[in-house]
Amino acid sequence: MDPLILSRIQFGANISFHILFPTITIALGWVLLFFKFAYNRTGNDAWMQAYFTWVKVFALSFALGVVSGVTMSFQFGTNWPGYMETVGNIAGPLLAYEILTAFFLEAVFLGIMLFGFRRVSNGMHTLATFLVAFGTTMSAFWILALNSWMQTPAGFEMRDGVAHATDWWAIVFNPSFPWRLIHMLIASGLTVAFLIAAFSALRYLLGDRAASMRKALATGVVIGAVLIPVQIFVGDLHGLNTLEHQPQKVAAMEANWQTRANVPLVLFAIPDEQTRENRFEIAVPGGASLILKHSFDGVVPGLDDFIGDHPPVFAVFWAFRIMVGTGLLMLVVSWSAAWCLWRGRELPRPLLWLMVPMGLSGWVATLAGWYTTEIGRQPWLVTGVLKTADAVGPVSGSHVGFTLAVYLALYAVLLIVYLGVLVHLARKAAAEGDPEPAPAAADRALSQPAQPAE
Amino acid sequence: MIAAIRPHQRYAKGTTIMTVDWPTALPLIFAGLMGLSILIYVVLDGFDLGIGILFAAAADHEKDTMIGTIGPFWDANETWLVLAAGLLLVAFPLAHGVILTALYLPVFAMLFGLILRGVAFDFRAKVPVHRKGRWNVLFCAGSLIAALSQGYMLGVYVLGLREGAGAIGFGFLVALCLAAAYTAMGAAWLIYKTEGALQEKAVRWLRSALVLTVLGMGAVSLATPLASPRIFDKWFEFPAMLWLAPLPLATAGLFLVLWLRSATLPHPQDRHALLPFCILSVIFALGFAGLAYSFYPYVVPEKLTIWQAAAAPESLAIILAGTLFVLPVIIFYSIYAYRVFGGKATDLSYD
Ligand code: HDD
Ligand code: HEM
Ligand code: HEM
Repeated sequence: MDPLILSRIQFGANISFHILFPTITIALGWVLLFFKFAYNRTGNDAWMQAYFTWVKVFALSFALGVVSGVTMSFQFGTNWPGYMETVGNIAGPLLAYEILTAFFLEAVFLGIMLFGFRRVSNGMHTLATFLVAFGTTMSAFWILALNSWMQTPAGFEMRDGVAHATDWWAIVFNPSFPWRLIHMLIASGLTVAFLIAAFSALRYLLGDRAASMRKALATGVVIGAVLIPVQIFVGDLHGLNTLEHQPQKVAAMEANWQTRANVPLVLFAIPDEQTRENRFEIAVPGGASLILKHSFDGVVPGLDDFIGDHPPVFAVFWAFRIMVGTGLLMLVVSWSAAWCLWRGRELPRPLLWLMVPMGLSGWVATLAGWYTTEIGRQPWLVTGVLKTADAVGPVSGSHVGFTLAVYLALYAVLLIVYLGVLVHLARKAAAEGDPEPAPAAADRALSQPAQPAE
Repeated sequence: MIAAIRPHQRYAKGTTIMTVDWPTALPLIFAGLMGLSILIYVVLDGFDLGIGILFAAAADHEKDTMIGTIGPFWDANETWLVLAAGLLLVAFPLAHGVILTALYLPVFAMLFGLILRGVAFDFRAKVPVHRKGRWNVLFCAGSLIAALSQGYMLGVYVLGLREGAGAIGFGFLVALCLAAAYTAMGAAWLIYKTEGALQEKAVRWLRSALVLTVLGMGAVSLATPLASPRIFDKWFEFPAMLWLAPLPLATAGLFLVLWLRSATLPHPQDRHALLPFCILSVIFALGFAGLAYSFYPYVVPEKLTIWQAAAAPESLAIILAGTLFVLPVIIFYSIYAYRVFGGKATDLSYD
C-alpha cells in the first residue's frame, strides 16, 4: 500500500492512543489534589481513601501516557521528516519547552507522589501532587500551542521554503490556541468526571456503600454537571473562531455545499463528495445560519468556495456530530444524577447502569473532536504552509505496514487490559474497601514506617 | 571548540569585550547537550533496563524487591531519552529525519520494548495475583528488546549507517554487548540498593555481565576506526595519540579495578556498595567520550556535520535560554528525588 496513507493511519493510531491517557491524567491530577486538600481540611479518612484508589488509576494512566508519548516523540522523525525540515524552527522550541518545563517535572515528582507518602512530609507530598498536576497541564499547554499553530499559523515568515519565527508571542498565542486549550482542558475534566462517576456507580451496583465511594461519586457527578454546559458554550465559541480562520473546516462540519444565506442545520445526512450534495438529509431550516451568524439570513461560506482544497466531508461531518451528540448525552446524564443527589435521593438503578458505560463518553467525545480538528485541516499539515503529502518520509510501505499492524495489535491488547484492570480495581475496592496505593510492587507503601532522617 | 568563541579584543575605555560567533557556537553547544542527555539516559535507564533483564535470572520472591529499587525512578530516567530525541529533533532537524528513517525498524523495536516494559511495570502490581507472572515475563522481555535494539542502533550508527549483512551482524554483536552492559549496571544498582541473599546474587550477576561488557566495548572501539579512514586518522596520528592514550588506558584500568574489587563484595557494614555503580558510570562516560571524539563534527557519520544539520540560530537561541534556566532546576530536583528514596529498598510483601 501507499506509504503516505499508511503513515497517516499509523500517526493517527498512535496519537489517538496517546491522547486517551493524557486526557485522563491532566484533570485527574487536579482531582487528586482536591481530594488531598479535602482531607487536609476535614481530616475525614474517606477523602484519603478516595485518593488512594484514584492515585492507582493515575499511575496506570500515566504509565500508558508516557510510553505512548515516547513513541510519539519518534513519530515525527520516522514518518514525517518533511515536517521538521519545513517548520522545525517553530515546532522545535515548542516541543523543547514541553520536555523541559513539563515532562521532567511530572516524571520526577510522580515518584514522590506515588511512593513518597511516608518518606516526605505531608506538605511536601501535597506539593508533589500539585507539581505533577501542574506539569501535565503545562504539557497540554505547549503541545496545543504547537497543534493550534499548525491550524492557524502566525508570527513567522518563509525564507527559502523554511519557516522562521518572527514573533514568539504570536506563535504561541495564535488565533485558535486559547479556545483549543480551554476546550481541551474542560474535555479532560469531563472525561475524568464521568470516569470517576462510572467507577463509583459500578461499586455501588456491586453492593458497596463506603463513604469514600459516595464522596467520589458526588465529586464526579458535580464536576460533570458543572463543566458540561461550560463546554458546550466554549465549543460554540471555538466553532465561531474556526469559522473565521478555517471556514472550509466549518463548511465540512456542517456539510454545507453552497455559500448562501438561510443555511439549514443538518442533523443527519450522508454527504456525497461525488455529487457534492447530501443524501437522506434531515435538517432544521436556517439553523446553521442562526448558530454561526446569529441571524437566519446570515451568509455562511460553503464548500463550493474551496473546491479541491477542502477536507473530506463525510469524516469531518460525522466526527463533529458524534462529539456534539456525546456532549448532549453527558448533559442529560450528569444533570439527572446531580438532581437526585441535590434532592438527597439514592440514584435510581437504571441511571447507575447508564453511568457505567458513560465512563468512556469522555474518550469518545475527545477522539471525535480531535478527528474533526485534524481531518478538518487536511489536505494541509500546516494550514497554507505545508501539505501532508509533502511531509512523508522515504520509508517503504511494507515497513510502515508491518509496524502499523504490530502497533494496532499492541494497542488493542493494552486497551483491553487497562479497562480490565479498572474493573478489577472497582470490584476489589467494592469487596475490600479502598486499599492503600500499590507502590512499587505490593499494596504496602503507606504501611511502611517512615525512614529515620539520615 | 576554541574556534567557536573568538575573543575579539577591543579596547573601548579599557574593557575587553568577548563576542561569540553564535551560528558556530550554538550547534556545538546543542551537540554537547544532546550528548550529555544521551549519556545520562544510558547510565540511568541502563540500570533499570538491566534490572528488567535480570528478572530472567531472579527468583519470584526477589522480583518485588527489584522493582522496589527502580519504582520511583524509571519514568524520570526515560524522560532523558525523550530529551535526547527531542534535542536531535529540534536542534538538528535534518539529521533527525535521516537517522530515524535509516533506523526505522530498530527504533520501532525499541519503542515496542519500552512500551511493553513500561506497562508491565504497572500492570504486574494491579492485575489479579495469578496473572502477575505473565507480566513479569513481559517486563523482562520488553527490557531485553529495548536494550538489544539500542545496542543494534549503536552498532549500525558506528559503521556510518551502512547497510548489508556485515553491518547487521555487527549490529547484533553490539546489541548483545550493550544488553550485557545494562545488565551489569542493573546488578551494580542492586548491590547498592539491596542486602542479604539478593545482594550476593547481584555480585555474581555483575561479574558475569562484565565479561561481555568488556568484549562489547572492545569491539566498538576497534570497529569505529576500522570502518572509517577519517576516524582512523583521528586516533592514530602521532601527537593526538599521546593525549588520547589515557582514554582507553583508564577504561581498561577501571574494568580491572572493578573486577578485583567486586570479588570481595559485599563488605561487612556494606561499605563500597555504590562503588561498582560509580565505576561503571565512569566507564560509560569514557566510552562515550571516545565515540564523541570519533564522530565530531558529524551527526550523520560522514554525511552531515552538526552545522549543516542545525536549525536556525534564533530558534536554537530561544531553546538554549530556556535550557540554561531549566536544566539546573531539573538536575536539582532529580537529585532531591534520589535522596528521598535513598538507602536500601525495603522488602515488600505481597498480599
Ligand atoms: C469531552 C469532550 C468534548 C465535548 C463534550 C465536546 N467537545 Fe468539542 N472538542 C473536544 C472535546 C469535546 C476536543 C477533543 O477537546 C477538541 C479537539 C481539538 C480541540 O480543540 O478540542 C474538540 C474540538 C471542537 C471543535 C473543532 C474546532 C477546530 O478544529 O478548529 C469544535 C467546533 C467543537 N469542539 C465544538 C463543540 C461543541 C459545539 C460541543 C457541544 C456539545 C462540543 N464541542 C463538545
Ligand atoms: C497536539 C498535537 C498534535 C500534532 C502536533 C498533530 C500532528 C499531526 C500530523 C503531523 C498529522 C499527519 C497528517 C495526516 O495524517 O493527515 C496528523 C494527522 C492526524 N492527527 Fe494529529 N496532531 C496532534 C494532535 C492530535 C490528536 C490529539 C489527535 C487525537 C485523536 C490527532 C489525530 C490525528 C488524526 C486522526 C490524523 C489523521 C488525519 C488524516 O490523515 O486525515 N492529532 N496530526
Ligand atoms: C493534544 C495532544 C497532546 C496532549 C494534550 C498531550 C499531553 C501529554 C501529557 C499530559 C503527558 C504526560 C503523561 C501523562 O499524563 O500521561 C504527555 C506525555 C507525553 N507526550 Fe503528549 N500530548 C499530546 C500529543 C503529543 C504529541 C504530538 C507528542 C509528540 C511529540 C507527544 C509526546 C509526549 C511524550 C514524549 C510524553 C512522555 C512524557 C514523559 O516522559 O513524562 N504528545 N502528553
